[in-house]
Amino acid sequence: MTIAPPPSGPVPWEREFALGMVRDMLRIRRMEERAAELYGEQKIRGFLHLYIGEEAVATGAIHALQAEDNIVATYREHGHALLRGMPMRTIMAEMFGKREGCSRGRGGSMHLFDAKLRLYGGNAIVAGGLPLAVGLALADKLHEVKRVTACFFGEGAMAEGAFHEALNLAVLWRVPALFCCENNLYAMGTALARSESQTDLCAKAASYGVPTTKVDGQDIVAVHEAAKQAQAHVREGKGPFFVEFQTYRYRAHSMFDPELYRSKQEVEEWKTRGPLHTYTARLKTEQKISEEDFLALDAEVAKEVEDAVAFAEAGSWEPVEDLTRDVTAA
Amino acid sequence: MKKISYREAMREALREALAADSRVFLMGEDVGRYGGTYAVTKGLLQEFGPERIRDTPLSELGFTGAGIGAALGGMRPIVEVMTVNFSLLALDQIVNTASLYRHMSGGQFSVPLVIRMATGAGRQIAAQHSHSLENWYAHIPGIKVLAPATVEDARGMLAPALADPDPVIIFEHAALYNVEGELPEPWSTDIKSAMVRRPGSAVSLITYGGSLPKTLKAADMLGKDGIDAEVIDLRVLRPLDDETVMASVRKCRRAVIVDEGWKTGSLAGELMARIVEQAFYELDAPLARVCSEEVPIPYARHMEEAALPQPDKIVAAAKGLFG
Repeated sequence: MTIAPPPSGPVPWEREFALGMVRDMLRIRRMEERAAELYGEQKIRGFLHLYIGEEAVATGAIHALQAEDNIVATYREHGHALLRGMPMRTIMAEMFGKREGCSRGRGGSMHLFDAKLRLYGGNAIVAGGLPLAVGLALADKLHEVKRVTACFFGEGAMAEGAFHEALNLAVLWRVPALFCCENNLYAMGTALARSESQTDLCAKAASYGVPTTKVDGQDIVAVHEAAKQAQAHVREGKGPFFVEFQTYRYRAHSMFDPELYRSKQEVEEWKTRGPLHTYTARLKTEQKISEEDFLALDAEVAKEVEDAVAFAEAGSWEPVEDLTRDVTAA
Repeated sequence: MKKISYREAMREALREALAADSRVFLMGEDVGRYGGTYAVTKGLLQEFGPERIRDTPLSELGFTGAGIGAALGGMRPIVEVMTVNFSLLALDQIVNTASLYRHMSGGQFSVPLVIRMATGAGRQIAAQHSHSLENWYAHIPGIKVLAPATVEDARGMLAPALADPDPVIIFEHAALYNVEGELPEPWSTDIKSAMVRRPGSAVSLITYGGSLPKTLKAADMLGKDGIDAEVIDLRVLRPLDDETVMASVRKCRRAVIVDEGWKTGSLAGELMARIVEQAFYELDAPLARVCSEEVPIPYARHMEEAALPQPDKIVAAAKGLFG
């Protein structure tokens, strides 16, 4: 595989906004690096799917959305929840299984939900969120609400029937859904070419009559600008839109994955395209950020992470007497 | 009281729900222009329009999931999955999403979705169109499962199902659509209790859905032979109404469960276990059950009849309890 050169070129944003993007990518990165350590310490258990390497996608895309939009995400959704506005404390507490977590510890890493933030999971069935997103968008259409439902999913989901059914329904019914494919090239350990007869994912989506865009998911500028256009199309009532964000996962699929399916060299080559350092370098070239600025941001984020961990540590366990609550309303 | 068919009762219930609440809409395969596979929704498209009587492509997984999303988004969708046989294509969305969202989100989300589907055999449409898999759904925490067996329940169960904040599945036995009955006014809107359909004292015959008419017939036959059978209609398959079942079993001291599902892993088995747990010392005889034979449902009429619970089999099972 030949790997494209690192993202480069001018950053068309004013300084404060540009630095905010660094901050948010750092927040995801540092939160997850700490989560991985905490997994080693057995504070976090079960599955833990890290987004490290893919941060530009959620950061760029979610910054293009509005606060009242709906978000449907996958089991690799820590970053999406954080940038939607869920406090890092709440995310960390959920990963610890504590009552102070967003789902009272009933969901864990894969099931981050927030009704007020209109974050509808945290769905750990590949492609499971796609039909749900069509329904959310349909409800908004029927209510005549100008809201976008952004649905994030991996390229692995595009081999599922649910993807095809959802795209077909979304276009037939012209619902305001933004389909965000995070193509990280591997469905667990199965490479794109081994799972898709048509590896051009936009061509595949386009067969349903949905407009599409392919974007370098390691380039936050490209991600954000594409997402802005895509969400505007959807919000204007022109029907659904499909964006393929081409990205790469630097860590294992989950903490149980020995990564037998790809070489260390491939991972290292992809790291030259890392979303955080390439973007920071571009900002430095334009003198929008100094090394001191970066270190100050990093220190600020480190504080937020340690505060979140302390909060999760100090959290409480839900009493076992409550076991059967929240199964049905009554 | 007026005479009405089960199909008409269901249609009236749908019409009432659509008229009462603008959040309610119906979607499924051929519910609109075709008028519904079983003609339940005939005429509703003309009355309520294509936005609210929404024809879907053949995408059970997709439109069931869309129903879940619409419910989360503030609507009150009714999803018609043509039959339980095709609901297997939607099982993932029902079992992995609809039933779990409240719990996985720590109580933040509820899915007020109603899913209707036809079930059961008896019309010579062979193995792929004759399943009775109610018990699979009744196994799942987080959803309610209803089995209206009378015109009253066909008329009355939809409104409380729509008012319920959690997913509710309504199983309509295909052999019941043409059955006519007297609709009392007011009709019952209970979706909690089992009901005594025929009082008796010698043996409890416990059943639901499409097996109710057969069981009532068996009770009449037993009556002619001097055995006073009580017939319990479960009505709600999850959660089960243990109280009504146990009261009948304690009174009659003998029980036969009639269930169109296959015996292995059946709802009948679950009921027997509960009776043994809760009323073992009040039984005068072992429990018995009449289920479908362990064979895919055959096409040929005589073979299909032989595979299903029938009044004579129920009579034989009940008589067997009297030594």
